[in-house]
Amino acid sequence: MENLGTLAILLAFCFAIYAIIGSVAGKLGRRPFLVLSAERAVYCVCALLTLAASLLVYSLIAGDFRLSYVAEHSNKSMELPYKFASWWGGQEGSLLLWAWLLSTYTSVLVFQNRRKFREMMPYVTAVLMTTEAFFLVLISFVEAPFKVLMAGKGIVDAGDGQGLNPLLQYWTMVIHPPMLYLGYVGFAVPFAFAMGSLITKQPGDGWINTTRRWTLVTWMFQTTGVLLGAGWAYAVLGWGGYWGWDPVENASLLPWITATAFLHSVMMQEKKGMMKVWNMVLVSSTFFLCIFGTFLTRSGVVQSVHAFAQSSLGRYFVTFLAVGIAATLYLILNRLDYLKSEAQLESVLSRESSFLFNNLILLASCFAVLWGTLFPVITEAINGEKISVDAPFFNRVNIPIGLGLMLLTGVGPLIAWRKSSVESLKRAFFWPSVAGVVVAVGLFAMGVRHFYALVSFALCTFVAVTVVIEFFKGAFAIRSKDGQNIFASMVELTHRNTRRYGGYLVHMGVVFMFIGFTGKAFDLDKTVQVSKGDKVQLGAYQLTIGATESGKNENYSWDILNVGVVKNGSDLGTLRPERRLYFASRQPTSNVAIRRRLNEDLYLNFAGASNDGEGTVLQSYVFPLVSWIWIGYWGVLIGTIICLIPSKSRLVYPRTEVVTVAGKHAQVEK
Amino acid sequence: MKNYWKFGLLIVAVLGTLAWLAAGGINDTKTYYKTVSELKQLGSQAQERRLRVGGDIAPNSIKRDGANVSFTLAQDKLRMEVVYNGIDPLPDTFRDGAQALADGKLGADGVFHATKIQAKCASKYEAKPVVKGNPSVRS
Repeated sequence: MENLGTLAILLAFCFAIYAIIGSVAGKLGRRPFLVLSAERAVYCVCALLTLAASLLVYSLIAGDFRLSYVAEHSNKSMELPYKFASWWGGQEGSLLLWAWLLSTYTSVLVFQNRRKFREMMPYVTAVLMTTEAFFLVLISFVEAPFKVLMAGKGIVDAGDGQGLNPLLQYWTMVIHPPMLYLGYVGFAVPFAFAMGSLITKQPGDGWINTTRRWTLVTWMFQTTGVLLGAGWAYAVLGWGGYWGWDPVENASLLPWITATAFLHSVMMQEKKGMMKVWNMVLVSSTFFLCIFGTFLTRSGVVQSVHAFAQSSLGRYFVTFLAVGIAATLYLILNRLDYLKSEAQLESVLSRESSFLFNNLILLASCFAVLWGTLFPVITEAINGEKISVDAPFFNRVNIPIGLGLMLLTGVGPLIAWRKSSVESLKRAFFWPSVAGVVVAVGLFAMGVRHFYALVSFALCTFVAVTVVIEFFKGAFAIRSKDGQNIFASMVELTHRNTRRYGGYLVHMGVVFMFIGFTGKAFDLDKTVQVSKGDKVQLGAYQLTIGATESGKNENYSWDILNVGVVKNGSDLGTLRPERRLYFASRQPTSNVAIRRRLNEDLYLNFAGASNDGEGTVLQSYVFPLVSWIWIGYWGVLIGTIICLIPSKSRLVYPRTEVVTVAGKHAQVEK
Repeated sequence: MKNYWKFGLLIVAVLGTLAWLAAGGINDTKTYYKTVSELKQLGSQAQERRLRVGGDIAPNSIKRDGANVSFTLAQDKLRMEVVYNGIDPLPDTFRDGAQALADGKLGADGVFHATKIQAKCASKYEAKPVVKGNPSVRS
């Protein structure tokens, strides 16, 4: 079994190498048959990796404990979904997942484009297969998934395994890593197309049109993965928060930031033929940040609570990154002639300008997060001291950036291309600005003094009002012509231009998320040692400590603290935060009790018995508005799906058509 | 072309503000990473700077006393007493033998006053080799 798996991986590596050589040699030597055979090799890679992955998953589920990976990450008593999820519970398996996903994506791509982009596709295939070969080197020769446990000359059957850490035995473990991987791996595709278009000196934007949907879907997966992680940390892992600016969290955020910047600046290239070089840089940065993120989370370079081991993988990743970045830079610089802009920036008050600033501050955020994450590595290299920076640094820089982005989110879609007159700005933004100011003044009058919170709520209102006005304006216009009711008109409006109105919905989702983030300014907390019968007051909540229940089952022992909750006189029931101690791993877990409502969450953590035996420690928190983050995510998801639906009307943008590019030394004939 | 100076000005203003915020943020939160042995050698300097100490949690040393938690960080034969009374819950991975990072300052009483605790579980992607001495040594 394990020999078959190892062989499959090794063969896949050989086929991947062939695919690279076949594509490039076939294209340069003008041998279409070689190119076709290389594409078939891609399908073989996918088939072989599917076989290898199936074998691993089968071993994990059936419990083949002769394999060291199975013994480390699976066990007999876990439920089936977790046995499946243990595929990515460790280094080797997760690398296999990466490789398998990449091979599947590439196969789909090659199949979709088997009759299109014949100029570019060999290079696209070659770039993707080079990445694939890299990961296959790792799982063939460095971290092989099918290692067996050996003692002397015999194979040891461990009998049972360690299983997943109990902290990971939640449904989120089944989908959070795959979502992130679908994102991380997916960004290789737009990059490959960008490189293909550069290599073939294609002046057109075929690569952007063809990868737009792909990039959007990948971005959606990345967003989902990041937010699942946040939701999981909040509800299950008991860190009391949803984001800690931990290096591994930051690693997943960095490509997301550049991808968001790319999704916006790509519109500049589509509609105005501007920012071509910049888009190349962005799409490449996104890809390399994905590789970098994969590297960061498994090399131990930076200390993190996610505790990935120090391994020798680091130097492989660094080499791949260095070579890849050098090659990409060379290509972009060499092909600058083909990336000339078709228009100029004319006015600070223009949509081009707002896209520019959108990109500027997104990239500033990316740089700041990258800098903060790598700070210990940098300072150690400079003066030998390891200095790290913490959440306050990240928040200090990113909160103003977020607010700036919110402002642009409102202004950008309504400001005119090229140059906007002050009159048109006044007309477009009068009511939204009034609404924003009213909200800010109203909150101030109600006692809110937190500066950033006031600004944030004002800007959120500003953006929300711009979006609502847009929907109603368009819907009214349609209704007056077609006579449908207002909601049917809104659906029709959206359908006619799914990108625009889907985008508005995504922005509304982001507005909700910002409202959720802003709630943090008003968090309450109290940590107190309590005994049965004590009363704790937290904000408007009165918590009455009840009895502690204890028990055990075959996997863990548990203690539950009953806490009665009363708010403003009305009884809200009992919350039961729990502590467990898993026997096999000696791992304690805290299962927090959360009462989620739209306006605030009441969050209780049973921190354990006090050492002097006198009582128990209860940590209670009120997190206002935090549910809006999860609600906002759904808005983003639905909006993105709408963006993917083809519009009823095909929009054509008047563009300078680039017919050909003259070389530097071309002589103009007289 | 003539408008580029306006863009330039705005860009400089935005980036300048962010850089200023970042510099302030770094100064306020910069935390020097030290091992237990390095910490003991620092002397009085340790009491002024924010430090992050890493070590293993000594068995049976975790004590809760109301909102305070105290434990002992061990590195080889060296011991460092740590006290934590922050508002965040302790991570679930915080238990005997786990590797922990404590952020805070060394008090005059020789006890490390932590404002943040992180703990790592001993196994995630691989069993972590025991790191002796300088934690920046990579295998």
